[in-house]
Amino acid sequence: MKIGIVCPYSWDVPGGVQFHIRDLAEHLIRLGHEVSVLAPADDETPLPPYVVSAGRAVPVPYNGSVARLNFGFLSAARVRRWLHEGTFDVIHIHEPTSPSLGLLTCWAAQGPIVATFHTSNPRSRAMIAAYAILQAALEKISARIAVSEYARRTLVEHLGGDAVVIPNGVDVDFFARAEPRPEWQGGTIGFIGRIDEPRKGLPVLMRALPAILAARPDTRLLVAGRGDEEEAVASLPKEMRARVEFLGMVSDEDKARLLRSVDVYVAPNTGGESFGIILVEAMSAGAPVLASDLDAFAQVLDQGAAGELFANENADALAGAAIRLLGDPERRAELSERGSAHVRRFDWSTVGADILAVYETVADGAASVAADERTGLRARFGLARE
Amino acid sequence: MTVTLIIWAAVVLVAIGLYLSWTAGRLDRLHTRIDAARAALDAQLLRRASVTQELATSGVLDPAASIVLYEAAHAARQSPQDHREVAESELSAALRAVFGESAQVEAVREIPGGQEAASELAAAVRRVPMARRFHNDAVRAARALRRHRTVRWFRLAGHAPFPLAFEMDDEPPVALADRPGS
Repeated sequence: MKIGIVCPYSWDVPGGVQFHIRDLAEHLIRLGHEVSVLAPADDETPLPPYVVSAGRAVPVPYNGSVARLNFGFLSAARVRRWLHEGTFDVIHIHEPTSPSLGLLTCWAAQGPIVATFHTSNPRSRAMIAAYAILQAALEKISARIAVSEYARRTLVEHLGGDAVVIPNGVDVDFFARAEPRPEWQGGTIGFIGRIDEPRKGLPVLMRALPAILAARPDTRLLVAGRGDEEEAVASLPKEMRARVEFLGMVSDEDKARLLRSVDVYVAPNTGGESFGIILVEAMSAGAPVLASDLDAFAQVLDQGAAGELFANENADALAGAAIRLLGDPERRAELSERGSAHVRRFDWSTVGADILAVYETVADGAASVAADERTGLRARFGLARE
Repeated sequence: MTVTLIIWAAVVLVAIGLYLSWTAGRLDRLHTRIDAARAALDAQLLRRASVTQELATSGVLDPAASIVLYEAAHAARQSPQDHREVAESELSAALRAVFGESAQVEAVREIPGGQEAASELAAAVRRVPMARRFHNDAVRAARALRRHRTVRWFRLAGHAPFPLAFEMDDEPPVALADRPGS
């Protein structure tokens, strides 16, 4: 199958959607499919052979953080060229409602289009204003995929229509086979995520830490992620700051080893999550998970069966649950075992097969993807004359 | 004075014409999408019925289960269009009744050739709800646009029949739908 995948966010900036697309593309290529990914990228960034650059993305504030997006005449022209040269059987657009390549491709293409909705934004003012435009573009999508039941619900409420739920994929064995590192073991709590993004929840964990350290003084908190380390520990009493170790940005290998090593993985995110891939990764590595009770997290953790949940933004609840878990090796082993079994459904072998089933369903009996000539003004006049 | 008026009137007419042609284009595209989705749904339903029938006649199941499945699959394949949703729902119910226990699926897998049959059936029961969801999503989009004033007043839909959703019970048997290892 010839598959074109559209990535809305800059390839050179790490992010959940980008990683998902990278893993999906590589999984499909391993299965023998021809895959081309269209993504924004700086000219000097080295790209894997299957990625085609759509040009430099412009930083714009969007969805609460600064996103780097592509729009405008030049990007639209590049999308058309990619579609024209690719002759794909199916194209797979990610995040078609973000004002970037996804929406542009929706406009410019015709034929079997699959779209994955990753975020579950509350309906924004801009979305309501742009509803008519969006609707005309979204109508072209033959199959919608939502990454969680929660994302599907928001999609149905805001845009109408329906979607199938296919979770994000994880290479479970990569995490399950990682070697633990002795210096990260022994009474350790793990946290992975941007330090300076409050919705990732590190401040909540910092508020809970004094109580945890009071009950179990040997505990260490290992934090992996970018951001200002001084500022992150500013709220802690001075003598406790040594119990927090910052590892900075870690490689995929180190991330897996970290998750294999820690006694408890804590995900205190306060909102804005539609899936929670990090929880799946932690479970793959066999780490007992303690997460805030966001809808998306509760679903990934099988409503608390595969990992423990605490009331969102409640530092006391977090501290209580963490102290209980750190003092109960049996419960940790039980969570680890349940998590490892539960997580198989997120493995690429399952997720990839489901995504391919969607491709085949929409490509069956339909013509291949082409640039939509009807959006050209001259063609419109031609059509009007008939 | 009259010249400017005529020019303005012409501009407005052209704009209206462009808008109508654009809307007609949208509608046409949606109808094409429904046709493709309906063809895909038909293909998946037929595939499910034939895999079921194959299993029923292969002798891997006990005679009672074989007869139940054969009957349901046969009825689904032969049913007239207006009875199709019911017949397909009955096939779903029959599949759930036979493959309700994972032990039954295991038994099929152990027989020579059973592994393939079981995975084919698992793929078929998983794709039917997918195809149906995509079809009904296209139907919903087309209906929303066809209810629009412009489309009704200018009869942009022509003689195309008002699209109908395909309603059926497509819940797959738990033992088959469950993912490997879970």
